Amino acid sequence: MSNPIEQFKIKPLVPLHIGSVDVSFTNSALFMAVAFVLITAFLTLSVRGRALVPGRWQSLAEVMYEFVAGMIRDNVGKEGRKYFPFIFSLFMFVLFGNLLGMIPYTFTFTSHIIVTFALASVVFIGVTVIGFARHGTHYLRMFFPHGAPLATALILVPIELISYLSRPLSLGVRLFANMTVGHIILKVVAGFIAAFIASMGVLGILPSILPAAFLGGITVLEFGIALLQAYVFTILSCIYLHDAIHMH
Amino acid sequence: MTYQEPEPPSLADLGAKLDAARAREDTETGRTRPEGARSGAGLGFRIAVELVVGIAVGAGLGYALDRALQSRPWFMLVFFCLGAAAGVLNVYRAAKSLSTGE
Repeated sequence: MSNPIEQFKIKPLVPLHIGSVDVSFTNSALFMAVAFVLITAFLTLSVRGRALVPGRWQSLAEVMYEFVAGMIRDNVGKEGRKYFPFIFSLFMFVLFGNLLGMIPYTFTFTSHIIVTFALASVVFIGVTVIGFARHGTHYLRMFFPHGAPLATALILVPIELISYLSRPLSLGVRLFANMTVGHIILKVVAGFIAAFIASMGVLGILPSILPAAFLGGITVLEFGIALLQAYVFTILSCIYLHDAIHMH
Repeated sequence: MTYQEPEPPSLADLGAKLDAARAREDTETGRTRPEGARSGAGLGFRIAVELVVGIAVGAGLGYALDRALQSRPWFMLVFFCLGAAAGVLNVYRAAKSLSTGE
């Protein structure tokens, strides 16, 4: 019986070492590269025709564009438009990572917290730099609510600081946890079927009907979660960007 | 007989037109975020993560300070409480942004 955690194992494909640092090309890196190639191919090939009336693929690419552009306009405002390339890349990368993971025998790179946390950190550091660049030291007002008595600063500033620092973690954890949990459930339920067949032979098909039906439902749900989590990750990045630009 | 190709509009022209159209659309539709796409379980999960992460960051920060200043366990105790407050603050903000549809 296969271990449900086995699927998350990082396997080096091309061992590489720089000094004592292991920089091997792993299965995780492979699927990031695959996602990158697929995104590039999808976006360039689909709009190559530049048809006024878009075909199927071009419509799909345009829907993606409209979706992210609308998200930025609604959550960041007009000033957010110049950050569109970054947000769009982020969205596509997470989306393709999640969806690639739904194909059997693939590796889901968004199921590793270090990957999602690194993505979230890029957003967090970028947003903080933008905040300081736009507002200068005035940005530090973020950590002290307007109108609060000065004496409360001793408690309020650390709380606000922790709340601010917890953003990249909550952003990363949310994506990682959703992807990991979904994949473990899929594997466990599928494992029931394998166990029935292994222990009862052909008769095992009968009790397998229930987990198989369950598996079908979960798979659909997982596709929904793959899309939803890419959306949530992007929209929260937008909200953080909004806070940095406008300050609440 | 020669057919004159019409001058293509300049990019700046197009940009201005686009901006005008977008502004018109924004005022006409009132531009509200599509709501209701979220599931209850996802919402609960989001709130739970916010709370736990606040505490984790607080405790972690306290632990790091203690290690650096060798003052175990005082910073961790204080920052755990501050982290819990930050977690509740996160939850409050998340819930508020949901109810106002911000």
